[in-house]
Amino acid sequence: MNEMWLGYCAAGLIGIGLYGLIVNPQPLHKILAFNIIGTGVFLVCAVVARRGAMPGMGGDPVPQALLITAIVVAFAASALAVALLVRLFEVEGRTTLDEDEVPPRTDRHGRGA
Amino acid sequence: MSALLERVFDGWTIVAVSAGALFFLAGTVGLLRFPDSLTRLHALTKADNLGLGLVVLGLVAQADSVVMGIKLVLIWGLLMWASAAVSQLIARTVHEAKRP
Amino acid sequence: MNGAPTLALIALILGLALWIVLARETFAAVAGFIAYGLLLTLAWVGLSAVDVAMTEAAIGAGLTGALLIGAASRLRGGGYADVRMQRGLAVRVVAIAASLSVTAVLIVCLRLLPEPSPTLAPLVAEHLPATGVGNPITAVLLAFRAMDTLLEAIVLLFALIAVWSLTPDAAWGQPPDVSHDADPQGVLAYVARVLPPIGIVIAVYILWVGADAPGGKFQGATILASMWLLVMMAGLTRAPPVVSRALRAWLVAGPLVFVAIGLYGAWMAGAFLAYPDGAAKPLIVVIEIALMPSLAVILALLLAGAPRDAGAVP
Repeated sequence: MNEMWLGYCAAGLIGIGLYGLIVNPQPLHKILAFNIIGTGVFLVCAVVARRGAMPGMGGDPVPQALLITAIVVAFAASALAVALLVRLFEVEGRTTLDEDEVPPRTDRHGRGA
Repeated sequence: MSALLERVFDGWTIVAVSAGALFFLAGTVGLLRFPDSLTRLHALTKADNLGLGLVVLGLVAQADSVVMGIKLVLIWGLLMWASAAVSQLIARTVHEAKRP
Repeated sequence: MNGAPTLALIALILGLALWIVLARETFAAVAGFIAYGLLLTLAWVGLSAVDVAMTEAAIGAGLTGALLIGAASRLRGGGYADVRMQRGLAVRVVAIAASLSVTAVLIVCLRLLPEPSPTLAPLVAEHLPATGVGNPITAVLLAFRAMDTLLEAIVLLFALIAVWSLTPDAAWGQPPDVSHDADPQGVLAYVARVLPPIGIVIAVYILWVGADAPGGKFQGATILASMWLLVMMAGLTRAPPVVSRALRAWLVAGPLVFVAIGLYGAWMAGAFLAYPDGAAKPLIVVIEIALMPSLAVILALLLAGAPRDAGAVP
């Protein structure tokens, strides 16, 4: 019974993450929202794994092993996204992709270009 | 292990974990109500570490073996050490940010 | 975990997710994300997925949180306060409609899940003794679906190459910029001297115990990576330059050993990554021992990022 609640929680997380992905204009917040969507998907998979439990094992081990892989790959994707964002900031001096929202360029010590 | 001894251990766990939760609550109230970063740090490190210690002592009574109990206490020790180091770093950053 | 604790946990998780999405300050959102990852660890434990819980605590909350904090601090001059924060009302309404409909569709799908749930657990339990390990998840990762683990290691390597490819030409050959003006007599240096030995012992223990209890090489590799990052951030050692041959040898050693064992299996047992009878446990142990250092180096370097342009930061 309670795994279905966690399943609904996961559906809610995916919805919340989707809202954040669409609404937040800053790429770093979009990366956070993308991670929330990812964890929601993982939670759904874990609910499916839990429903496959049998007396010797608490859950179906195949989806759980795939979840471990998924968490690691999600981290790699986030690392790549952050590297792209940092490079964009170094080259262009802004962190948004919108051309009309360019703040004055300063580096991380607050000195102007 | 007799049923009475189990009952005593369970009772101790409930008392200790509840007391630990109270200390966590106190620490959170301090975090929300204190005016300053340094005072908030003070509330967090003292109250939270004591709360964690009580929770750990409560859980030791539920441990299956002596080794597991020792591991729990070691976790508490490691966390206290880490939180001391981190709060030092935070306090130093706050202090240096305040200096003109 | 039944009833009230699960409901309380769900309320906390949803509330925290909402807060992360609505937070204005980047650093606050990232700090909320770390707490969110730790709460998710409890959710995994409640679903009897202890290996996944350890991985989530280590990589999902720990490494991803550190990555995002580093990013937030590097981007601090990006004029976040000046950039128009809000989207117009129309976009918000569309976003709310989209997320509500996605959530509703998912809830319907969850209710339609088949009742005697199809599961591979009996199949795994039946073949578990042949692999020699006691933890079914380790058996799935390294024996039944070893191909997925190999491809995952290679995907991580590709991600690292992609991150390195963002290096500006002038900075190629330099180490990534990880250290932060740390005082060599300060608290950070002290922590970086005392914690790594403990961390290494714990990492090796988690690797070793993963054969029969929750654990394994991913969690151990994460701990090793974070110890190395701690030492680099305290300034006690420099990050290796990306052109270093020794570094590249460490990076490819794990996947190469894995591929070599796969080919050995193709030669001796008829299929790539098949294990000959009785040799499953030793081969699994060799793969884990070879893969853990490579994984640790890859994870640490993914967090360190690409070398910065030496001319941009005065």
